[in-house]
Amino acid sequence: MNLLNIILLFIGWSVFLVVAGLFVLGIERKIAARLQWRVGPPIWQNFTDVIKLSGKEILIPEKANKLVFIIAPFAAFLSALVSGVIIILSLLYGKIMPGDLILLIYLLTVPSLCLFLGASASGNILASVGASREIKLVLAYELPFIAAMILVIFKSGFSTSLYNIIKIQKETGINFLSVAGFLGFFIAFLGIIGKLGIVPFDIAEAETEIAGGVLVEYSGMLLGFYKMTRAILFIVLPVLLMVCFLGGFNGWVGLLKYIVIFVLLVLIKNTNPRVRIDQALRFYWGFTTIIIFISFLFLRV
Amino acid sequence: MDIKTKALKKSLWVFHLSVGSCNNCDIEILDCLTPKFDIERFGMVLVGSPRHADVLLVTGIVTKKNVERVKILYQQTAKPCFVVAIGTCACSGNMFRFGYNMGGPLKNIIPVDVFIPGCPPTPAAMLAGITKLLNKVKE
Ligand code: SF4
Repeated sequence: MNLLNIILLFIGWSVFLVVAGLFVLGIERKIAARLQWRVGPPIWQNFTDVIKLSGKEILIPEKANKLVFIIAPFAAFLSALVSGVIIILSLLYGKIMPGDLILLIYLLTVPSLCLFLGASASGNILASVGASREIKLVLAYELPFIAAMILVIFKSGFSTSLYNIIKIQKETGINFLSVAGFLGFFIAFLGIIGKLGIVPFDIAEAETEIAGGVLVEYSGMLLGFYKMTRAILFIVLPVLLMVCFLGGFNGWVGLLKYIVIFVLLVLIKNTNPRVRIDQALRFYWGFTTIIIFISFLFLRV
Repeated sequence: MDIKTKALKKSLWVFHLSVGSCNNCDIEILDCLTPKFDIERFGMVLVGSPRHADVLLVTGIVTKKNVERVKILYQQTAKPCFVVAIGTCACSGNMFRFGYNMGGPLKNIIPVDVFIPGCPPTPAAMLAGITKLLNKVKE
């Protein structure tokens, strides 16, 4: 592949990821509305929101560190895009990239860190409360999530490339069906709830107590970039989970797997209240971490 | 009408600002979110920060202390942003218009796009008012 092809590939899949992500978020809002016995917005509502945001004025607070404040949303958006394209490359094009699972773990942390940086740079008190909550949440969920990823790496014979992980699962049966893989799947699932920042763990945004928290000073397209980042993560994280535990994304079965994970996410989102930050920390570092370390004992079972 | 204006009409994010109301209007605004009226089907959501807002819903007489704050808050919103005065208080002052604490009806302080009178206006009246606002956006 020459350079032009690679660039075209990247742009094409990026557009796909954004569109699909916004669409999925729209479906999520619709389901939430139906669960509450409402009609709910149309499923293309999130496209409308993003187009509207692109037409709005961008305000930069006086006290803000302007450079960090503006760069943070772009960096979050780009890292989400790159992680999505990496997954697609190894899923659909069969590219073997050694260590891309580790790269993904890093890249998927970047959006949260950018939220934290942007919020701290904005000079708003509510945003700084949100930022401190966000970084604590990152510390909380990363431990069990990374432990679950290490479990996957152990299971697939110390291979850190997604392509090999899928290939080994094809030969020896998917990880989900072994005891360790089963436990690991649920822990990683709890991890991505925190990563997506949806309701039980949307402590950093908490509209009703800290007025949008980390996003409080963002307006116009900068806010739109955060929305799109969230949308892309809604695709990328479940797919990563499928690659690691459910044997990859293969055709209609893959779509079905995605829908199951998605429905689980939506149900959890709509049936749980928001937790406090200390409860979240205790949940992730207590119960969740203990389970993942127990599952290491069953590695060879 | 270009695509951005069209999108704006379909996705109004409202910020709820109470500047000296008796709280009854505020409760009626929250009624609009309930399954019976469900303004989210028009793409409207209640946001927590004025930076995200497309519409300011202002309730209550503007008390003297709040005059400056309303002005600042209006400046903090990202334009285009519309202002809707909800309740007779915000429209004209209601029975408090001669009160010692009256900072003037809202329209003397910031430009108001739509007035929705009533004490308090019913959610249906608010929806009718928002429809008027949407027609105004068209121009
Ligand atoms: S209009 Fe009536 S209900 Fe609304 S704030 Fe004024 S007195 Fe209260």
